Parts: sequence; C-alpha cells; structure tokens
Amino acid sequence: MKFTRREFVELSGACLVALSGRKVLAVFTGAKESEAASTGEATSTKKRLGMLIDTKKCLRAQNCTKCIEACDQAHNIPVFQNPAHQIKWIWEEPFDDLFSPAETQYLEKDRKDVLTPVLCNQCDEPPCVRVCPTGATWKREADGIVMMDWHRCIGCRYCMAACPYGSRSFNWVDPRTGLKTLNPDFPTRTQGVVEKCTFCAERLDKGQLPACVEACPEKAMVFGDLNDPQSEIRQLLASSYALRRRPELGTGPNVYYLI
Amino acid sequence: MFMVEKALVGSRRYWLWVGGLLAVIGLSFIAYLYQLSHGLGVTGMSRNVSWGLYIGQFTFMVGVAASAVMVVLPYYLHNHKEFARMTVLGEFLAVSSVTMCMLFVFVDMGRPMRVFNVFLYPQFHSVMFWDMLSLSGYLLINAAITLVSLHAEQSDLHPPRWIKPIILLSIPWAISIHTVTAFLYAGLPGRMSWRTPIMAPRFLASAFAAGPALLILLCLLLRKLTGYDVGKKAIQGLSVIVTYAMAINVFFILMQLFTAMYSNVPGLTEEFQDLYLGTEAHTSLLPWGRISLLLMVVALILLLIPKVRHNERTLAAACVLVFSSLWIDKGVCMVVCGFITSPLGTITRYVPTLPEMTITLGVWAVGAIMVTVFYKIALSVEIAREAPAAAAYEFAERSAAAGHAEILSSPGATGGSHA
Repeated sequence: MKFTRREFVELSGACLVALSGRKVLAVFTGAKESEAASTGEATSTKKRLGMLIDTKKCLRAQNCTKCIEACDQAHNIPVFQNPAHQIKWIWEEPFDDLFSPAETQYLEKDRKDVLTPVLCNQCDEPPCVRVCPTGATWKREADGIVMMDWHRCIGCRYCMAACPYGSRSFNWVDPRTGLKTLNPDFPTRTQGVVEKCTFCAERLDKGQLPACVEACPEKAMVFGDLNDPQSEIRQLLASSYALRRRPELGTGPNVYYLI
Repeated sequence: MFMVEKALVGSRRYWLWVGGLLAVIGLSFIAYLYQLSHGLGVTGMSRNVSWGLYIGQFTFMVGVAASAVMVVLPYYLHNHKEFARMTVLGEFLAVSSVTMCMLFVFVDMGRPMRVFNVFLYPQFHSVMFWDMLSLSGYLLINAAITLVSLHAEQSDLHPPRWIKPIILLSIPWAISIHTVTAFLYAGLPGRMSWRTPIMAPRFLASAFAAGPALLILLCLLLRKLTGYDVGKKAIQGLSVIVTYAMAINVFFILMQLFTAMYSNVPGLTEEFQDLYLGTEAHTSLLPWGRISLLLMVVALILLLIPKVRHNERTLAAACVLVFSSLWIDKGVCMVVCGFITSPLGTITRYVPTLPEMTITLGVWAVGAIMVTVFYKIALSVEIAREAPAAAAYEFAERSAAAGHAEILSSPGATGGSHA
C-alpha cells in the first residue's frame, strides 16, 4: 500500500482530533458529576458569611488604619508607590464615593470624606466567578466566600472588568519586590495573577476571626453568619438601617455599612 | 506543502516588504520578552484601566474577521457572481484577522503559559470560554475552506461537495464570533457604557463597514501592484455594503446618544461625555472620540454620494476614513471608556507605553505578513491557472498556422474554461 506524506499528515491530524475529543468529553462529563456532588453536600450546613462595618465607630478614629495594616501583614500585600500597580484587599475610600452621591449632597464635607474601609463584598451572585474562564475564582458553597486559586489564574483580568466594586487587584509587577516583611504562613503571589480579599478563609478554617475584624480597636467590624438569625450581625441588622454598595446590580453583596 | 513554495518567489519589492515586516515582528518579539519578564506593568494599563490597547485591538479584529461573511454570503447564498474572485481574498483576510485576535488575547495574559487552562477547566458560564471556542472554530472553518478551494483551483477541479455545508456554516459562525465578543462586555453588571443590548448589533454594523472597507483597499492595492483585478463590479458591490453598514452604525450611535442624553441618567450620559461632549475631569479620550465621530460622519456623507463611490480614487479615500474612524472607535475608545471612571469614581488616565505599542504593531505585522503570503499564494494559483490556457492558446495559434492543430486538445488548453 502506498502511503503518501500528505495522507500521513491527514491521518495524524485526524487521530489528534479524535484523542482531544475524548479528553474534552471526559472533562465535560466529569464536570457535571462534581457539580452534582457539591450541591448535594451544601444543603446540610450552609452558611452565608457577612460583615457589618459601623461607620460611626470608624469615624471616631479617622487616622486609624489598623485593619488595613493587619490585612497587609497577614497576606503579604506588597507596597508600591505607583497607584497603577497597587494591590488592595482592604483599603479606605471617602464615604461619598461608596454610595450614590445624591444621598450625601448636603452632608458636611468632613462627613462626606469620612474614610471608610472597602473590601470584597463576597457577593451572593459574584459576576467575577461568572466570567472567570478557568474556574480560578469560585464561590465556596459551605460559607459563601469567593475564593481565588493563584495557580490556575491565567491573568486575563476579565474578573476585574466584571467586579462592580473595584475589589480585585492584578499583579502588574512581581509582588515580591514590594514586600518589606514576610509572613511565612501565607503564600506570596506571582506576577500576572489577580487577587482579592477572601474574608481570611485561611484563618476561619483555623477558627479565628478575619485579621481586620480582630485588629479593629473600635470594634467597628462585626463578622458572622447571615443565615443564622441569632448571630450578632443579624441582631444588629435587625435593629438599624444599613447600606450595601450597589445592591441594584443584583450581585447580593454581603458587606453592610451602618450609617 | 500547502503551496508555501509559491510565497518564496517574488520581486525585490516583495522581499523588501516581507523583510520589513519580519523586522517589525522581531522587534516586537523583543518587546514581548521584556513584557513577559517584567510583567504587564510595562504597559499603560493599571488597577483601574485593566484592559487597554490589546483588548481593544482584539475586539476590532474580531469584526474584521467576521466581515468576510459580507463577501461569502452574497456569493454563496445569492449567487452574486461578481464576488467570485474576491471571496477567497475575504476568507484569507478572515484567517489572518482571527490569528491576530488570538495573538492580542495572548499578549494580554498575565500568565500566558497557562492558556490551556481555558480548555482544561472549561467554564460554561464564562463568555470568554465561548468566545475562545467560537474564534478557534472560525479559524478552523476558514482555514479549511480556503485550503480546499485553493487546492481545487490549483488542480483545476471543482471543490469537493462536502465543503459546501462548511461554507454555509461559516456564515452564521461569522455573526456568532462578533456577537459573543459583544457579550463579553454587554453582560457585565457594573460597566454602564457596555451594558447595552445594542452592543452586538453595533459591533456587527461597524465590523461590516470596517472589514469590507479594508478589503476594498486591499483589492485596489492588489490591482495596482500585481495587475490582478477582482473586477470593478465587485468593488462597487462591496462599496454599497460598506455604505449601508456605516449608515446603520451611525444610526445605532445616535440611538444610544438619544437614550442617554434625553433620559439624562448619569450612568448613561457618562460615556458620551467622556467621548464626545467633554467635562472638566475627563479629557484623555475626548480628542479620540471626537475625531472618530467626525471621520465617521465625513465617510458616510462621502459614501452616500454615488459619484464619490463610483470613482475608485475617492472611494479609496472614503474607505480609509471608514476604517480609521472605526479603528479609533472600537480599537481605542470602546474598551477604555468602560474603565476610565472606576467603580469608586476615580478617573484614571490611560496612555499606552512604547513596549505596548511595539507589541501591538508586531501583531499587526503578523497579520500583514499572513495576508501578503496568502494573497501571493492565491494569486499564483489564479495566474498559473489562467496562464497555461493563455500560453496554450497562443501556442495553438502559432501551431495552427504551422499546421499543428492537435495542440488544442491538450489538457492544459481546457484549463480556463470552467470558471
């Protein structure tokens, strides 16, 4: 039998396609199985972790940045002078910029500019998770935390475009060059991946509170399970008016602000 | 293999052009290595403007790729015979533009070595997964079509029958690539300037103006440089398509402008203030937006005048205006506009850096070299197909005079007859 080069190339191509097709099929069916498994187990003990920030208490100590320092320290957040390259998990913004400006139109300037902590809202319907093409960011079913896998992230930054809160940072440069101190208990990241606050998932797993909550001298941050009516956070939300950032977008943010 | 040998012969001018492009590619490759080692921090992008020139160019080129449908559809569905010689050029342009799209996404990635994670861990809820799928599918489809039809033409056979359904599939597929690309933007809750159902229609309209405008320019250039003529009728037919598409595109912009400005909702008006009207704070995009809009309107007016359209010199000028105005609109303004006001109200300037522009230029050079080589191959096949017939005819005439009439029955002489 005569077997030309052309036929050989064509046959090898066909074999490659067939092989990759099997692989794709395996991925598709595998994905479905694991999905069913995770929803099955989630029904038993489902928490919805949330945070409440009392802006009145925060206002009492305007120069305090203890929550930010604690977070930066715990998570090896680099320091860069160039605002374009900054990494922020929890940081401060003027109160006025957090919420619709119409409501603060006649507020005193001092009050408008009250620096308020902002962080990832750990949304119920996170747009970042919806758009991520690799599953590098996902919602943990057990407690609702939006997690991040720095080994899977391809650095496409679609999640940053999707996040309506600006809560995600990209490592534009090697973050290790901006580290002054190193916490050996938490991984540093590599250049080219996205990161954000995870409510200190690593501390929660050890039974600790998030670093920022623990560090706040004014006890302005309350952390707890929003699905538990007896929790402190639910008691506070039941008795006072609170705001969430851009709830009209349907993302279901889980960080509340007492005003 | 794949008739590459045909691209390896050419005039001095051909080699100068190819050499120049290779030099640009080499230079931009160095710039890319620099970006790879130092991180995307070497670009003008930032925490707030996290997509820039690369993704803008990607979006624009998806449109150019999709626009091949504007020659394929009339030719295959409406039997528009004038487009016969242009169709393969349109398809080759599509193959080159899709390749550019993929390169633009690739150079924008923070961890490019992990690109296959998209296929290893497919996320069906991510529009980007579907975009990758539709783009790679479109590349395969068009590569197959061009290869098969060229091969058939070279061996003087009719293309195999199985290619026809694939050609027909390429028509809705072309619409899909740009629709899915629009969904990348239109499906995000927080970016007001993108979150509009008119995104996909507007993308398609601007694509069907910019792509065919480029094809007209390429055809005119091809005739000037090689003498290969797609035919005046083909160019005129395409110019009508450009005119309609541009009119629809401008109409869509006016729709958006009315909705935003009359309703006066801040989230909607912001985009047009950034681009066309201007406020104290937002200035960096303003000149670009205004120039783009001005060029669009001028181009449309020119195209609407039949005399201008019929004269190929003025038509070429109008096509340059169409292409450049839409390149600014989609390749520069559209993406940056969604980021310029951050979710926390900060206004961030974005200016591409030198490495970023060099890499962008390099991707364009890759596209240009692909178009050059593909067109060279296509033309060699066409000319070779026509030449033996002409040569044989000439020879037959002379032979007939000498009494050797049997040469007319040789296989070469029947070559050109079934076009």
